[in-house]
Amino acid sequence: MGKWSRRAFIGAGVVAGGALVVGVAVRPGNPTDELKPILASGEGEELLNAWVKVGTDNAITAIIPHVEMGQGAFTALAQMLADEMDADWANVRILEAPAIDQYVSDSIGREFIAPNLEVPEILEPTVAGGFLELVQAMGLQITGGSFSVRGTGQRAMRTAGAAAREMLVAAAASEWDVAESEITTANSMVNHAKSGKSEPYAKFAAAAAEQSLPAKPKLKSPDKYTLMGKPIARTDIPAKVDGSADFGIDAKVPGMKYAAVKAAPVVGATVEAMDATAAKTMPGVLQILNMGDFVAVVADGYWQAQQALNTIDATYSGTEGDKLDNAALFKRYDEYLNEAGTDGGDTETEEGDVSDAFARAATKVEAEYKVPFLAHATMEPMNCTAWVRDGKCDVWAGHQSPLGARKAAAEAAGLDFEDVSYHNAYLGGGFGRRSENDNIEMAVRLAKATKYPIKMIWSREEDTMQDHYRPSATSRFEGGLDKDGNAVSWSNIHTHLFDPQEAPTVPYYNIANHKIRKVDVPTHLRFGPWRSVDHSQHGFFIESFVDEMAVAAGKDGYAFRRELLAGSKRHLAILDKAAEMSGWDKPMPEGHGRGIAFVPSFGSIIAQVAEVDMTGAKPKVKKVYVAADAGFVVNPDGFTAQMESAIVYGLTATLYGEISLKDGAVQQSNFHDYPMLRINEMPEVEVEIINGDHKRLGGGGEPGLPPIAPAVTNAIFAATGKRVRELPLSKTSFA
Amino acid sequence: MIKLNVNGQTKEVDVDPATPILWVVRENLEMTGTKFGCGIAQCGACTVHLDGKPVRSCSTPISQADGKAITTVEGLAAEDGTLSKVQQAWIDAQVPQCGYCQSGQIMSATALLKNNPQPTDEQINSAMAGNVCRCGMYGRIRSAIKIAAGMEQPATETGSESTKVEA
Repeated sequence: MGKWSRRAFIGAGVVAGGALVVGVAVRPGNPTDELKPILASGEGEELLNAWVKVGTDNAITAIIPHVEMGQGAFTALAQMLADEMDADWANVRILEAPAIDQYVSDSIGREFIAPNLEVPEILEPTVAGGFLELVQAMGLQITGGSFSVRGTGQRAMRTAGAAAREMLVAAAASEWDVAESEITTANSMVNHAKSGKSEPYAKFAAAAAEQSLPAKPKLKSPDKYTLMGKPIARTDIPAKVDGSADFGIDAKVPGMKYAAVKAAPVVGATVEAMDATAAKTMPGVLQILNMGDFVAVVADGYWQAQQALNTIDATYSGTEGDKLDNAALFKRYDEYLNEAGTDGGDTETEEGDVSDAFARAATKVEAEYKVPFLAHATMEPMNCTAWVRDGKCDVWAGHQSPLGARKAAAEAAGLDFEDVSYHNAYLGGGFGRRSENDNIEMAVRLAKATKYPIKMIWSREEDTMQDHYRPSATSRFEGGLDKDGNAVSWSNIHTHLFDPQEAPTVPYYNIANHKIRKVDVPTHLRFGPWRSVDHSQHGFFIESFVDEMAVAAGKDGYAFRRELLAGSKRHLAILDKAAEMSGWDKPMPEGHGRGIAFVPSFGSIIAQVAEVDMTGAKPKVKKVYVAADAGFVVNPDGFTAQMESAIVYGLTATLYGEISLKDGAVQQSNFHDYPMLRINEMPEVEVEIINGDHKRLGGGGEPGLPPIAPAVTNAIFAATGKRVRELPLSKTSFA
Repeated sequence: MIKLNVNGQTKEVDVDPATPILWVVRENLEMTGTKFGCGIAQCGACTVHLDGKPVRSCSTPISQADGKAITTVEGLAAEDGTLSKVQQAWIDAQVPQCGYCQSGQIMSATALLKNNPQPTDEQINSAMAGNVCRCGMYGRIRSAIKIAAGMEQPATETGSESTKVEA
């Protein structure tokens, strides 16, 4: 992974090195249709945070404003840019964008574009405009929401590549004195067939920089793609097989010391007292600190620090949360739901008259579902390395929002944003967890307090017990069917709503009367985005209840969903594909079952069919068929890997995942009591992709997750007649 | 001072003999390819070889490495940088996502194939079930092991042969 370095940027800059650097300006009055949705309403010109650099060695550098946590963003985004640019893939390099701030004046924008330099003329117009709005619209450097390819890639990387190509062509046409229309490009070369001229892009880089930036660069139609749609090998993989890939935890700073930490078990409590008598005398121990909300031991090595920490006896202040255990929490959910009754709570969506339709329904279906808190359990435990000295602060970590991390570090250090240098590394799993700043703040506080460069590493126990959890939830449904078994009403009330807002809604199902409500229930635990966020709960709730309605209607689950999706061509194509792949109509052996689930999320449409073997002591998921429409899949192998990955992440939660509370504290601590799916439990996964709309792309990292839990529980029902309404499955006996 | 043989090189470290191999390798020897995952031998991210046998380095004191050869992921490739068969297969099958567990996965797979050049699915399961991959790349790990064993051919283009794309 290339790293941002000022010197490299300046050295290769337009002014100094004769290389071409392109950012894309889009004039609000003349945007391409593709760019319209992200343009802010502000005046002037705006800067897209997508960049490409043509080096004098003809290397094309794609500057990627997202982080790599295994989702393949670096490769897919570079593919999009390189394809539009007709770049030679073998000579494309990837650089992660630096951490810059979205809340400061556009002087920072200038700093981003050309630090310590006069801004090159081609870029000048881009700086003046609404940098802030664009940054926010583009989600600069926030990697999440399955956004990278469908947002940044589709709207910015492609445009940057196309613009760069057009400028190079214009420069060559001018130099050769031929019409632009006679010039072709391929493999980072400009060609003129009539004269037989052929030169590398680099030759025209400086001249291209003199060209005005095209206001509306022409993007390729899919039949012209040479890289997009191809399963190109990920560029980050080689470093991940020989041990050379650096993750946050691998930061090496001269003279650094190691910190082990233990936070108050109940979030919100403080450390009132601690007995560190034994720890003080242990080898390697340098400092023992009561940081208020956590205890830390700083030592020459991490193991020494952790061993010493384990001997410290701390007492904590009491909090409101102390009394809460799991049963009380779900009882609280029930109380709030009961209080909301048939009409209370906050209405999220409403259409028709649910009460009337339900009252008149021939068949009434009711059900209640529950899911627990979940931890992220990234393989790389939370960590951060920080050094505060001479009014400056350096921070090393792997974070989903380098910008957010830099801001948090500045606040924790009590320094200005400009005085903090943030160094991002590969993320050993993100899944939402690495969008939080708690680890950054703690390490900076420790570095400030101790004066050492500090590498703080959380034990797995700390990582499990101090997460920002996927919220637990209870969800209640009432559904009405007419005498022919058609769905006429859908009513849902559930606890909590986090993000995205549409997660509990079912606009794709044709049900004339529907109403969806929520009640907010206070809890002391910290919540955070967890792969697919609210779709992870609501996918299970919705697709379980649809299945229950199908059963009540005396219909097959696939056929019932077909009726609900009538008229939605892309939706039906995906549902049909999954059914076809699985041989839906073929009988299963005794004790085996098939279940289907359909969840559109993050712009992608996904159906899954799970095959479950219920003949043993516990459910065994044998095979999962996935049909996916993400508009246009840029890297089919990378997308398939995301489907496989999301299924395992979701299946782990379905089978085992539960974070529970006792006396306000999380009870689980490590992989023995928060178990993970392992290779011997891995189902076969088969993926088919339908490219349904090349103009509007869907996400890849998250949408594969929501359907797996209901596909499995629906399969269990098909095999056994037993309906699972609470996850994880380990809570249910199938004896 | 404890004298060690790490990836064929002799090293001396001044540490408490109870220190787990993991932290000696990562901190004293500054070889960070071996990863910390759980600290209780539950996830396999820290797997290294002691005399060719896979051990969980987070839970194995450095004293047990006395007189034995430690091999880490950094020691698998040939001196000229040529990757081992297992490492190359890991690229061919596009196994890693975040990549954090993969050093341990590769060390476990290397040990498996050394003793059992043509493992069955069951044998792969039992050798690899101690290694957690949170990105869920188990299907690809199985494929890569078979590619390294010569039991499967790598796909001509990268990745899963089960993927079909319709326009």
